[in-house]
Amino acid sequence: MRRDSRTGRGWSRILPRCGRLICGRALACAAFLSIASLLANHALCYGKTPAANQQAPAFSRIDLQGRRIRLADYRGKVVLLNFWASWCAPCLLEMPRFVEWQSSYRAQGLQVLGVSMDDEASPARALDHKLHLNYPVLMGDARLGELYGGILGLPVTYLLDRRGRIRSRFQGEANLGKIEAQLKILLSEQQ
Amino acid sequence: MNSKQEEPMNVNRSNAGRRRYFILVAFLGISFSFAHAQFAPSAAAGSALSIPLDHLLQPSQLNDLLQRPAHQPPLILQVGSHVLFSQAHIPGSQFIGSTATPAGLELLRNRVASLPKAGFIVLYCGCCPWSHCPNVGPAFKQLRDLGFTNVKVLYMADNFGDDWVAKGYRVEKGQ
Repeated sequence: MRRDSRTGRGWSRILPRCGRLICGRALACAAFLSIASLLANHALCYGKTPAANQQAPAFSRIDLQGRRIRLADYRGKVVLLNFWASWCAPCLLEMPRFVEWQSSYRAQGLQVLGVSMDDEASPARALDHKLHLNYPVLMGDARLGELYGGILGLPVTYLLDRRGRIRSRFQGEANLGKIEAQLKILLSEQQ
Repeated sequence: MNSKQEEPMNVNRSNAGRRRYFILVAFLGISFSFAHAQFAPSAAAGSALSIPLDHLLQPSQLNDLLQRPAHQPPLILQVGSHVLFSQAHIPGSQFIGSTATPAGLELLRNRVASLPKAGFIVLYCGCCPWSHCPNVGPAFKQLRDLGFTNVKVLYMADNFGDDWVAKGYRVEKGQ
């Protein structure tokens, strides 16, 4: 009989009716919130942003110099993949730093790749020339954007490790110190 | 007598105090204006920051408007890049192109040429953070200069992805 008092039947005796009602409503609310959260997450997955540690989506494009650029060819290097456009002011602030990093960390295995999301190549070419970009720049499009979760605002920068896995994603006016710190960690890792 | 003799001195002291106070206030005012001009975001004519607050529309407000089938929806014009538009755009919106360029502004002028001046028009871009958007400011200014009286600009603090898509509001893809 003592054991029975600790079972559900025991609790039902201990808890008054209104208490059980509140518990039931709380459970119903929790279930509703869980479903709402799932639906919200579904909406967020519109562009299927590649998750951290997932293999970066492969692509192959011709860069502004006419060279074939395959992401797979950079396996073994740390890749900084930067989506930008000539009309994007925060992008223009970042790019000179990427030029510096490409020079300073090249020997350690850094490869910067720029993807211009301009509608036409001419402004990207002009900027490539003006900023003396020392890394390949290719023209992006909606397909490449969707592959990387929808590039629906710029700049967007991905850091890929030596195995080609996505390790970080930075969007908007990013903290360059934070990107560089993460970059150093990836450069210190062996394949 | 003493009090009468002291009175002008008190008046002088009080005038000197007022002068010092005035100089201090003027100095602080000038310093503040200078600092503001140096460090505050520029609200130059044509920038997104120059758009009056009462002409801004929040994404939630536009989403609510689009949910009401009984209401005549506004004409929604995207004045950003085509690469962004073709990935995702507001249902029913039309692509104009970047109005940071004279060619884009001409396309906008042509699109609205036959519209009534009181027509409800919503402009949006969402290419980059609001204060850096090169497109919405010139587009808004042009429509106002053309005499359109009911123009709103969708306020996207960060970008179209974060301020519209990530909130779960409906989008369309394609041209």
